[in-house]
Amino acid sequence: MNAIEVEDLGKTYRNGVEALRGISFNVEEGEIFGLLGPNGAGKSTAVRILATLSAPTSGRAWVAGVDVVADPEAVRRRIGYVAQASSVDIQATGRENLLLQGHLQDLSGPELHRRVDELLERFDLADAAGRMVEGYSGGMRRRLDVAMGLVHRPRLLFLDEPTTGLDPESRAVMWREVEELADEGGVSVLLTTHYLEEADRLSRRLAIVDHGLIVARGSPDELKSALRGDRVTVELAEEADLERAREVLAARSAGGDVLAEGSTLHVQVSSGARAVPGIVAALEEAGIGIAQIAFNRPSLDDVYLHATGHSFEAADAEGALAAATAGGGSGSGMSQEAGR
Amino acid sequence: MKAVRDTLQLFLRELRISIRMPIWIIISIIQPLIWLLLFSQLFRVVGSLGAFKGGSYLQFLAPGLAIMSSLFSSAYGGMGLLRDIERGFVDRLLATPASRGALIGARVLHAAVTVMFQAVVILLMSFLLGVRPEHWIVGPLLVLASAGLLGGAFGAASNGLALLAGRYEILMALMNFTILPLTFLSTMIMARPLMPTWMQAITRFNPVDWAVTAARDSFQGGPAGEVGLDFLLLAAFTAVCWSLAARAFGRYRARS
Repeated sequence: MNAIEVEDLGKTYRNGVEALRGISFNVEEGEIFGLLGPNGAGKSTAVRILATLSAPTSGRAWVAGVDVVADPEAVRRRIGYVAQASSVDIQATGRENLLLQGHLQDLSGPELHRRVDELLERFDLADAAGRMVEGYSGGMRRRLDVAMGLVHRPRLLFLDEPTTGLDPESRAVMWREVEELADEGGVSVLLTTHYLEEADRLSRRLAIVDHGLIVARGSPDELKSALRGDRVTVELAEEADLERAREVLAARSAGGDVLAEGSTLHVQVSSGARAVPGIVAALEEAGIGIAQIAFNRPSLDDVYLHATGHSFEAADAEGALAAATAGGGSGSGMSQEAGR
Repeated sequence: MKAVRDTLQLFLRELRISIRMPIWIIISIIQPLIWLLLFSQLFRVVGSLGAFKGGSYLQFLAPGLAIMSSLFSSAYGGMGLLRDIERGFVDRLLATPASRGALIGARVLHAAVTVMFQAVVILLMSFLLGVRPEHWIVGPLLVLASAGLLGGAFGAASNGLALLAGRYEILMALMNFTILPLTFLSTMIMARPLMPTWMQAITRFNPVDWAVTAARDSFQGGPAGEVGLDFLLLAAFTAVCWSLAARAFGRYRARS
């Protein structure tokens, strides 16, 4: 039985925003599965549906074999949910946070206290256990978030952007924790992230989500090797030359991949070392100035670019902008952004 | 059973948050005392008009102030819920098997307990100022019950409106808009015979006045039938507010 099965899941919010447009994937027992995509791609919406916080408008989903719509209560007992924004109670101590979470998951007595001690130790929070969370660092809060998700020993953990906003050191600590969970604890993890590096490092398999659709899936290696050869990146001196440069290179590569964006061109070639001199010569001949040229092995960034036709960075910025606009610059109130 | 356990755990959380704000506790105690002094001084002359049960104005005022503090403390309870939504606490809770009713239930329970505590402070202070109940045990207890019921009702209504409005500003405006008229359209600080006739008529439909008369008649020894009717109306009002809050919460969950 798969830890998660998702079949053609769709979600349209009341304001008409189509957050998910029919996605399907499954997460196997004990694996870390990554949902990678820019801000506003629909990752959090998918997780919220699987965690029974939001109802799908179409499609079905099962968690540990249980239909999330038909029996949400049973799903809630089987999952740990760590939301995108830290949701620890800052007006309580670390220990109190864990104890309350345990009580709500029907644990009590010495068993609960043992479990809480164990988690505090394991997430390096034992010394701070009696302090108000208000004084915790971002990394500590995030670790407490994850510990709270684990208090009832779920077999499946949802981690929605677990390292967003963390400093590099805290991020590395979190990565080790997540790896340990899957390796030693046998916990299945559904991870969402907009960090390519994080998806690459942690997930055994991943799906790239863009505008509510899955545009690519597989293991990070599979995805990268699907793009054979090297990727040459040419930055033009003048953005105005872009269209002409694209034509020149498209003619040269004879049907190979040429993607244009801003003042940058991405060219898929079999060998970067052999292709670069020719590209430079062809552009010079056409009188097009080059600001910078480089080639490298494909990264997940290239996989994303290849699947969606736009670079990850651009989509992320656009998603963040859309989210900010949708929020209407509201200072306070409920944080129910439909775009998520 | 789980609903009761979850409500208790979440209630204890609310209580811990309150207790950890010493300033909040001090203000909660001082505020009713200041009212007691202010109002009893301001309306001293009115007391001589003789329409006030129990003789002195202070004797008339004390149970009314217990209700006033109940109203003012509970009406903004929804703010805490908005804070919990914003901080993700509510979502975290909803992703556990915790009883759905416990979230609002704990908040309302906390509101009721807080206002009863304030009512105790007011009754003690007025005792020191010479106010005496007609029935020593039942009187003060029923004042607390009345304050608790009204606090629970407005606590629930405030949480419900917070969910419907979704914004601090709207909730504040709504409550500011309602509380004072409800206060002045009741016999909280003014005896019924001294009010204009049309106002007297309106008080009959004001839940705040139900609570005030229930408290005062219990305290001064009014007719048991009337006290019973007031408590009945108050209980019905509390039930309506509860169901409003429950519906609003259901709507909030369905919307996400």
